[in-house]
Amino acid sequence: MINLPVLPILIPLIAAIVLLFVSKSILAQRVVSVIASASTVVSAMILMAKVKSDGIQTVDMGSWPAPFGITLVSDMLSILLVLTASIITLCVVLYSFRSIGNGRERFYYYPIVQFLLLGVNGSFTTGDIFNLFVFFEIMLMSSYVLIVIGGTKIQLRESIKYILVNVISSAIFVIAVGFLYSVTGSLNMAHISARISEISTEPIITVLAVLFLIIFGLKGAIFPLYFWLPGSYAAPPAPILALFGSLLTKVGIYAILRTYTLFFYHDQPFTHDLMSLLALLTIVAGVIGALAYRDVKQILIYNIVIAVGVLLFGIATMTEESIAGTVFYLIHDMIIKAALFLLGGMIIYIAGTSNLTKMGGLIRQYPALGWTFLLASFGLAGIPPLSGFSGKLLIVRSGFSEGEYVGAIVVLLSSLAVLYSVVNLFMEAFWKTPETPLPDVKKRTGSLFIPAASLVLLSVLYGVGTEAVYPYVMQAVQTLIHPEIYIDAVLKE
Amino acid sequence: MKTNDVIFQTIAKVVFFMIIFFAVHLFFAGHYHPGGGFVGGLLTSGAIVLLMLAFDMKTIKKGFLIDFKWLISLGLLFSAGTAAGSLIFNVPFFTHAYDYFQLPLFGKTSLHTAMLFDLGVYLVVIGVTMTIIQTIGESE
Repeated sequence: MINLPVLPILIPLIAAIVLLFVSKSILAQRVVSVIASASTVVSAMILMAKVKSDGIQTVDMGSWPAPFGITLVSDMLSILLVLTASIITLCVVLYSFRSIGNGRERFYYYPIVQFLLLGVNGSFTTGDIFNLFVFFEIMLMSSYVLIVIGGTKIQLRESIKYILVNVISSAIFVIAVGFLYSVTGSLNMAHISARISEISTEPIITVLAVLFLIIFGLKGAIFPLYFWLPGSYAAPPAPILALFGSLLTKVGIYAILRTYTLFFYHDQPFTHDLMSLLALLTIVAGVIGALAYRDVKQILIYNIVIAVGVLLFGIATMTEESIAGTVFYLIHDMIIKAALFLLGGMIIYIAGTSNLTKMGGLIRQYPALGWTFLLASFGLAGIPPLSGFSGKLLIVRSGFSEGEYVGAIVVLLSSLAVLYSVVNLFMEAFWKTPETPLPDVKKRTGSLFIPAASLVLLSVLYGVGTEAVYPYVMQAVQTLIHPEIYIDAVLKE
Repeated sequence: MKTNDVIFQTIAKVVFFMIIFFAVHLFFAGHYHPGGGFVGGLLTSGAIVLLMLAFDMKTIKKGFLIDFKWLISLGLLFSAGTAAGSLIFNVPFFTHAYDYFQLPLFGKTSLHTAMLFDLGVYLVVIGVTMTIIQTIGESE
């Protein structure tokens, strides 16, 4: 089957179209969504096994040979991220049954989630810079709908901000791609990489590098460009927030990782130092937010910003070890963020508020939720042997060996801040004596808990089974460190 | 206020079909010349909007019977289906097939699966444009 890399993109597309036809029946929507998400996961697994055994898989769409047509490229990095994104979407869809509400379900919620997955998987897979823009747009348009669906006042206010920021950044994206095309004469990412290595000394490449950093930084929420994120992400309900928090910013990070290892690795003293500085500022800004807020959603949202900073620092250090750490941490962060937002959504649902000062004592009635949340918090902070540890260890160790002492120490300290902020959240919501006594009736949360807990379980397995994941990650890192592998696989030279 | 628009309505009925035929012409011209599904779809929805102006929305809705949102899904199905057809023949995704046929009346004609994809585009464009215009029009 030569079309295997297409399947994780095609299945959500077909599913979304089918869902548009059955938009009247909620039951049919749920069934189709689950079947489609599960088969996306299965197809991604098959593709991963194929990439593991046979190396990078490419599809030249419409039989136009690279670099003239659009090529889809599944290397280990992209398929790992595709698989993670598909699993998260499956869990979020299951979680949505009881939490999203009938109104949203009738208004095309499920098809839009499938379109979002299509955009995300496409962005991870495509090997064409303009096609990357197109998949970004598919993803963003779906996110516009998801942020406004339901139409509460705060959602409408935040969606204007969100759309404005993203429309501007998309405009800059097209300009930058045009710029890149005028310099290199190609849109195929492998071809661009080969061309850039011929003209690497030109300062225009550095300008382009910064331009792309701004674009992807806007999507990925790095320091001066993250201003829109806390407000916009707080507006939609928990399942949508989980999708946004775990997938959207990570697509921005993936794009930075891809372009900075494939195109812009020639002027590292400038570009990567700039990125390193921004990464540290991002961490600091995220830490301030995470410690300052007394609100479940805001604390978790600022933790996204911290993670983005850590990942960016890993990319900026740019050694084999740090890139391996970045890949480890990227996958870990996608899973754990989705899990935490789903668990946080349950806390908000049970307490009826997201304000921490009004909560307390939940551990009495919901012990399983409490301990799962604590486990996820430890995973987020990177306590061994949980999943955040190995990635952060590699990033920090390579930071020290490269002489980036300040950066490595900031990353280390940020783990402490992360731990403090989430454990504080746990203490306030679960441990503290509530101001008003809790109602005796226990809310039914089983159908919410299972998908969230399975993500936590996945994260624990990912942490404990690091040895098993290691060969996969190292195969991904090899492609990133040696762009020739990628170029040869695409251009078949 | 009730305006007397007999002339407008009479002409609109005729012009509607002229626009539709021109749209179909453009749609098929798109095979090798300027034209295609997008502009054909825009013209067709232009024709429907003309009818909406001449009569009113309720009459048009009764006349067309189908929900325009349904057209979007149908069009997407055509386009995605054409692209996915390549999976069955195990050729790279989106690969099209074409050949020349001797048809009665038309003579030597080139038939291309890209036409099916374009038909999907045509339907999606009509569906999206009409849904937008209806939504704006109804909110008055």
